[in-house]
Parts: sequence; C-alpha cells; structure tokens
Amino acid sequence: MLPFLLRRVGVMILTALTLSFVVFSLTNLAPNLEKLARTEGSVRMSDEAVDSWIINNGHGGLMITRYGQWLGVVPGWTRTDDKGVTRGRCIQGAVTAEDAPRFCGILQGDWGTSTVFREPVAKTVTDKLASTGWLMLWVMLVMVPVSLIIGVMSGMREGSRTDRVLSTFAIATTATPEYVSGVILVVIFASATTGISPILAEWGWISGRTLFLGTATSAIDQITFWNFALPVMTIALYGIGYIARMTRASMTEVMTQQYIRTARLKGVAFHQVIVKHALRNALIAPFTVIMLQFPWLLNGVVIVETLFNYKGFGWTLVQAAGNNDIQLLLACSVVAVFVVLVTQLISDVGYVFLNPRIRLS
Amino acid sequence: MEPLSWPMIFAKMAVQFWPVWAALVATVVLSLQFRRRLGLYGKLFDSTVGMTGFVIVMFWVFTAIFADMIITYDPIAQLSGLKNALPGTPVEGTGQWYLLGGDHLARDVFSRVVMGARRVLTIAPAATVIAFMVGITLGLPAGYFGGRLDTGLSFIANLVLAFPVILLFYLLVTPEIRSTGVPIALAAVLFLFPVIFVSVLLNSRFFTTPAKRNLYVGVSLAIGLWAYSGLAFNADPTGIWSMDPNLLNVFVSVVFVNAPTVFRIVRGIVMDLKSRDYVAAGQTRGEGAWYIMLWEILPNARGPLIVDFCLRIGYTTILLGTLGFFGLGVSPESPDWGSTIDDGRRLLSIYPHPAVVPALALMSLVLGLNLLADGLREESMRD
Repeated sequence: MLPFLLRRVGVMILTALTLSFVVFSLTNLAPNLEKLARTEGSVRMSDEAVDSWIINNGHGGLMITRYGQWLGVVPGWTRTDDKGVTRGRCIQGAVTAEDAPRFCGILQGDWGTSTVFREPVAKTVTDKLASTGWLMLWVMLVMVPVSLIIGVMSGMREGSRTDRVLSTFAIATTATPEYVSGVILVVIFASATTGISPILAEWGWISGRTLFLGTATSAIDQITFWNFALPVMTIALYGIGYIARMTRASMTEVMTQQYIRTARLKGVAFHQVIVKHALRNALIAPFTVIMLQFPWLLNGVVIVETLFNYKGFGWTLVQAAGNNDIQLLLACSVVAVFVVLVTQLISDVGYVFLNPRIRLS
Repeated sequence: MEPLSWPMIFAKMAVQFWPVWAALVATVVLSLQFRRRLGLYGKLFDSTVGMTGFVIVMFWVFTAIFADMIITYDPIAQLSGLKNALPGTPVEGTGQWYLLGGDHLARDVFSRVVMGARRVLTIAPAATVIAFMVGITLGLPAGYFGGRLDTGLSFIANLVLAFPVILLFYLLVTPEIRSTGVPIALAAVLFLFPVIFVSVLLNSRFFTTPAKRNLYVGVSLAIGLWAYSGLAFNADPTGIWSMDPNLLNVFVSVVFVNAPTVFRIVRGIVMDLKSRDYVAAGQTRGEGAWYIMLWEILPNARGPLIVDFCLRIGYTTILLGTLGFFGLGVSPESPDWGSTIDDGRRLLSIYPHPAVVPALALMSLVLGLNLLADGLREESMRD
C-alpha cells in the first residue's frame, strides 16, 4: 500500500508542477503582460514604455525563472532605479528592502495581489472558496442520495417499468448541461411572466412576484431555500443522471452474481438481499464515479455561479480570466488542479480500500 | 395583423420544416424496408430507444442540411420594432410572422435556431472525428507496445484530463492568445494526425503491392497535406481549405479536450484485445505491428468506439455551448446555440423565449445522441 501511495503522490506532484507551469506560461504570455502594463500603468503608454514597465515590474526574463519566483524556489527579483529606490517582488507594503525575505512565492504563502479586487489573492480565494463550499455541500447532499437511490431502484430489477422510467430520466438529465437546465428552471420557477410564478401570484399563494429567486446574490449573506434551491438543483441534475447510470450498471451486475441467487434461494426477503448483500458490493463503483465527478462539479459551479450571479470561486475565476488578473487566475487554477488531483488520488485509494479483491504490488 | 396563437405557431413551424419531414419519412421507410441487409445500422431499428434517438438526431441533421429552405428571415437581419417580440408577432407589411419571437437585437429567433443547427452540426462532428483520429493514432501503439511509450503518452493524457475544461477554454480561447500563435501550433500538431492515420492505414494494408500503395498513399498524402496547409496555417494557395482564426481557436481547443479521453478508451480496448488469438495469428504470419493494430484490432474495437463516438458528439455539442455561454464562441453574430443562450439569459426572467428555444434545441440534440448511443450499445452487445 505505502509504495503505491508514494508513487501516486509522486506522479501527482509532478503533474501539479507541470500543469502550474503550463498555466503560468499561458497567463504570462506577451499580450497578457502588455495588457497588464496598460491597465496598471497607463492606457496611453508608448510601446517602449510598456516594454520598460514589464521589465521594471519583474515580468521580464526567462519564463522558467519567473515561474520559479512565483513558486518560491528562485529568489524574488529586486531592482534599484536611478533614484536609488529598491523595488522587488518581496518588497511590498511596510516591508523595506533590507528586511525583505529572499523568497516569496506560493510555497512561502505569498500568492500576490489581485488587480481586480485590490486585495491579497490568498484572501480573495479563501473567501470565495468558502462560499462555493456551501454550494458544493448542498449539491452533494442532494445529488449523492438521489442518484444512488435512482440507480439502485432501477438496477434492482433490470428491465422493469421502474427501471425504464428512471433510466430515461437519467439519460435526459445527462443530456441537459447546466446552462440549459438553469435557463429552463429559471423560466419555470423564477420568471414573473412565465412558468408557475404568475399563476401562484394570482392565486395569492406567494407574496413576492416569483416563487424562487432568479439570482443567488443574496445567498452570500444568508442561504435560504428560495435563493439557493435553483442553483443547487441545476448543478445536481447533471450529475444525478451520470452517477445513477453508473450505479445502475454496477447494481445490475451484482444482481446476476451467484451469492445473490444463493441468498434468494436461502429464503432471505428481497429487500434484505438488496440491503445486506447487494448494496455493499454495488456501491464500490459509484464511489469512484462520485469522486471523479468533482472536476465536473467545478465546471458546473463556474456555469451556475455565472448564471445565478453567486459570487463564489467559479464567478471569481471568470472575473479573473475576463479581466486579465494574472495572479488571481493562477491561484484559481492551482486550486482547481489541486482539487482534481486530490479527488483522483482519493478515488484510487478508496477503491483499493473498499474492494478487498484488489491487491497492489 | 393579429399575433398568432400557440397552436398556429406550431402549425406554421411544422409547415416550414417540410423538407425535414419528407427526408425523415424517406429515411425511415427505406431503412425499415432494408433493415435486414444493413448490419448494425439496420438492427438499430429493432430497439425503440435507438430508433427514437436516431430520428431526433436525423431531424437536426436534415434541419442543418435544409436550413436555407426552412428559415423565414435572415438570421442576422435586425427588423425595427421587433426587439424582444413575443412568439407569433406579425412583421408589419409582409404578411409574415416572427414565429418564435425576436431577440434583444430584433433578430428572428426561429431562423437563428435553425441556422444554429447548421453551425453546431458542422463543428461538433468534425471536431469529434479529428479527436478520434488523434486518440486512435496514439492509443493503438500505447496499448499495443506498452512500456515507456505508454507511460509517456498516458502521463500527457492525464495532464490534459486533470485540467478543468473551463479553465483550459479561458486560457486557450482568448483573443490575446491568437496573436501568440499557440492555437496555430496546436492545430499544426493535432491536424497532422488525420494525415498520419490515413497514410499509415493505407500503407500497412497495401505495402505488399507497391504500385497500388504508391497511388493510394500518394493521393491521400497530397489531399491531406493540401487540406492541412490550408486549415492549420491558412496557407492554401487555392483558398478552398481555410478556417476563420476564431473558429480554428474554438475547434482546436475542443479537439484538444476530447482527444485524451479517446486515447484512454482506445488504449484500454487494445490492451484487452491484444491477447486474442487472431492477434497472435497475425504475429505468427509475420504481419507488421501497424497492420495488426489498424486492420486486426481496430475493426474488432468498433462497437465501443461507435457508441463513444455518438456520446462524444453530444459532449462536444455541450462543450461548444459552454464556450458560447461564456462569450468565447465563434463570433458574436454567430447563431450557434451556446452564444444565443448567453445573449438571451440577460433578460431571462422577462423575455424567456430567446434563451429557451436554443436551450431546448441543444437539449434535444444531445438527448437524441445519447439515446442513439444507448440503442447502439444494446444492439451491438446482442451479437
């Protein structure tokens, strides 16, 4: 187990380094830096001024050394100008040139400053991640039980009417990306002119103009059922179909096994067979799928937070990318890649733990 | 003129779609007639799910083909007074209607959705085909030879797969990145694979008869490299093969996202199939490695690959929609469904129709593809 884990972690670190370098190079391309110079310096800078701004602010030099500085394994740049004022990567705020640390990259906990939000990137990212955490939590609470129940119910008796209905539902939800289901849900539940809201308002059942709120902006301060249900449902729907289909496949396979037949022939009640014998084995595969679903959730989070204007991590990523906020975008990418890699690791390790038939090395 | 009621709108739309109905009826009748002689395609008509999926997909395919005959207005023409018009609003002085209303720029939603089908159904299948060729060309040797090659290629594939798709799109599909030449470099690499695939495919089959081989490989190389120069570098002297830089950007990133998954699937299948007897027989006969991979293993892997191909076109459609949704799409004027949903969502709670119509269109196409894949899977497992 231990060598396997070490090798996995090794590959993971290598992947993380390569990916962060790729993201770093793509965000620090010459046109991006030029745009940064024009937004930070002045819009009407001449081309020479732009070039010197880039060099004076430590964006010149080799990509690999700049990446090293950002990572914190290469000493941060310093530059003394004509007036004898020393500036540098690690010299900011109250820190003077004399007592500035040599290294200040993400390994030292310095993530830079966001140009959009005008505050340290680390603070922005943790704040927004907390908001997204709530969204993810509710999505998981809705998605996992619902999809497992659907999958088990339809896999229990393959080919039955329940199976057909639930499978069709599962296929339909996998065919509906978040930006489609979000739009449809808003139109049905949160539009003042269409869907069920006008009818309910006419009957006097709801006091506001719409049943649910079409935006989740207020959910940042306080999460209520009415402002959070639609975003959560939008993300969960897409995942439900996929996990349910995987659970169904795994369940139907288990139901054809010898030990299930033995249990049935022994005279154990059907629901007892399902709960005691089938479920435990049938839920191994969905576990992996749920874990690997995290990267997908990230996708959904970005779309839904944009659609419902919920200011979380996904919304921040869009802001950072749209406004050329290099440091923030880099931090977002690191977090995203980290989430993907860690869930992959957990799914691999968990699979081995859950399935005693797999022996490593 | 009076605005149309909903039944009238649907009736008018059904009439507009007449070429599609005619083509659909012809396809289904002919296929049912000859289904016993059509192999897997014919068997598709034995399963209700598969047939439903097939009909939905063909509906959109024919819509894309006959789009010029179906549309009622120019999809980018803006008529005054019809901004956010409700479905069924008459257009003054023409005796015509905006069947599904107008969008925020007073363009006809119905015509835009129909034209959007053409956009989506040209980009998505083409990108999927290229992704498959990349995945197959790399996945076959990785699975067959294993070893270092496999380790290296798998590492690269996992790298791309560990990237959140949206982030990749934001990094690759920005206007700035076009001036750096990254998309062209990617296109140069990715578009090379179809050419390699076809030439190796023909060469491994016909290398025993050099005259034939030279002709086939020569012709495919000539056409392939001609298309390659035009599509990747926009350097085709005749101008037949060319791609709008914006479109190239979108196309390349979609292929780039899809290829690693195909690679993994092909590699997995090959590792399973290479221990079969017919592979051993081929090796004993002294066949070359590429012949065994392309002419022995690949045909036997077609079942799961065809199923995945259908699913992947749907997935690519979703990806293209995602790109459009974030405003990274082909062009702002483009009627493709993702961009239209993005345009419409700003006024969603007041005027839902400009966003809902393309949303339903996209959903039905992807649903059709998923059902089709399900039907194919069921039928191909039966034999």
